[in-house]
Amino acid sequence: MGEIIEFTVNGLKRRIEVEPNELLINVIRGKLGLTGTKYGCGIGECGSCTVLIDGEPALSCLTLAIEVDGREIVTIEGIAENELNHIQEAFLDQGAVQCGFCTPGMIIMAKYLLNKKRNPTEKEIKEHIKGNLCRCTGYINIIKAIKEAAEKMQNSNVKAISKEL
Amino acid sequence: MYINRVNTKILPVEFKYFAPKTVSEAASILNRYGEEVRILAGGTDLLVKVKQRLIEPKYILNVKGIEELRFIEDRSGEIGVGAATKLSELVGSEIIKEKLPVLHEAAEAVGSVQIRNMGTIGGNLCNASPASDLAPPLLVLNTSVKAYSSSGERVIPLEKFFLGPGETVLKPDELLVEIKIPCPPEGTGMSFLKVARTSMDLAKANVAVAIKLDGNTVKLCRIAMGSVAPTPIRLFQTEKILLGSEFTDGKIERAVQTASEEIKPITDIRSTAEYRREVSKVLVRRALKKAYERVKEGEING
Repeated sequence: MGEIIEFTVNGLKRRIEVEPNELLINVIRGKLGLTGTKYGCGIGECGSCTVLIDGEPALSCLTLAIEVDGREIVTIEGIAENELNHIQEAFLDQGAVQCGFCTPGMIIMAKYLLNKKRNPTEKEIKEHIKGNLCRCTGYINIIKAIKEAAEKMQNSNVKAISKEL
Repeated sequence: MYINRVNTKILPVEFKYFAPKTVSEAASILNRYGEEVRILAGGTDLLVKVKQRLIEPKYILNVKGIEELRFIEDRSGEIGVGAATKLSELVGSEIIKEKLPVLHEAAEAVGSVQIRNMGTIGGNLCNASPASDLAPPLLVLNTSVKAYSSSGERVIPLEKFFLGPGETVLKPDELLVEIKIPCPPEGTGMSFLKVARTSMDLAKANVAVAIKLDGNTVKLCRIAMGSVAPTPIRLFQTEKILLGSEFTDGKIERAVQTASEEIKPITDIRSTAEYRREVSKVLVRRALKKAYERVKEGEING
C-alpha cells in the first residue's frame, strides 16, 4: 500500500510511489539509480549517506522517504555542473580521495559549509566533517581540500568582480 | 538484535504513517491509537531502534511538520522552546546564546551537524536517554515541560519527567509541546562539560552547574549529571555541601567526594561504573570552577 510523493532531486521533479517504512536512501539509490550517495552504517554514525534536504544536511538512512514529499534534495550527482565543481577539483588536487566511500558525504558537507561561509576556519571545517567517517586518509588532505576550495571560490569571485569593473 | 539483512534500507516493520499539521490533530491521533503510536520528532533515535526491531510501532506520528511546535520565544523571565525545535536551531539562536549559554554549549556538544539538523529538543527529552546532553543543563535551569492531550494540558517539572532509560511520565495520549526554561537570576555562572570517546559519541558522563555568589558565599547551587544513573539527575546532596558556605577549595573537594558517592553509575558499552565514578569527580570539580570563573567574569564585565 504505497503512497505517491513528489519532490525535486538535483533540480528535476520526481513522482514516485513509496512505502511508509522505506528510507530515503532506498529511493535515491534503488529507485532513482543515484548510487553516488553511499550507505554505510545505517544508524547515523558515519555520514556517508548525507544529502541536502531544502539546503540542510541530513542523513538519508534515517529519513523516511515519505517525509520528503514536496521538498528539494541535492545529492552528490547534483554538485557538479557540466564539469567538476571546485570542491571536487580540490579533493582531486589534494589527494583527499582514497577508497572514495566517504567522499560524497564529505563533499556535501563541504558544499553546505561553503554555502554558509566563504572563508571557514579549520575548526569550522572539522566541526562540519566530524559526523563523516573516513578510514583511509586521516582527514588531513580532506581539510586541505576544503580550504583550497574556499580559496578558489574567493579568487574566482575576485576575478568575477574585477571583470565587472 | 534482529536486523533485516535483505535490505536494511527498508525498515523491518510495517506501520501506518501520520504527518499532522497541528497539535490538536496530533493529539486526536494519540487519543485514538495510544500506546501503539511512536512519535517521530527527529528519527536519529527512533528509526535506529525500529531498524534493530527494539520497537515495532503500528503507527508512526511525525511531528516535524507541526509549525506551532517550532519556536524559541523570549518572554519576561522565561524562554519558551517548542518541542519540535531542532538542535541546530537551538545552537543558532541568539536568544539561547545570550540568555541560556549553558544550553547553547550542551546543544553544540550533541552528535554532528547532520544529527543536530535532524534531532529536536523534545525528541531528545522524550527519548529519555540517561546520557542526554540537554537534560543536565535544563535540570539546573529548573525547566518544566508542557504536555498536551485531547483532555487538556499539564506542566511537569523536568526533575519529575524521567522515570528510567527510555521512560517518561508522559501518558500514551500526551504529546510534549513546549519546554519552559526560567532565566537564571542575574549574576549566575553556569557551565557544561562532557566526556565521551570521541566528540561524536554519547557521553560516558556529563555535568551542568549553576552557581551564584554573594561575596564569596554560595547563594544558589544546582548540579546535574547525565550517564551516571538510570535517568539524568540533580545532585541534591552535593549541592547542600556548597549552599550557604564559602566557595573554597576545601568545600569543592568535599562536594566532589559527595558527588562520586551520590551518583549510581553502571558498567555498559560506553564505560565502567568505576571509571564513571572517578571521572565524575573531575567533571564536577572542573564544572564548579568554570562556573565560578564565569561568575567573576560577569562581575568584571557587568
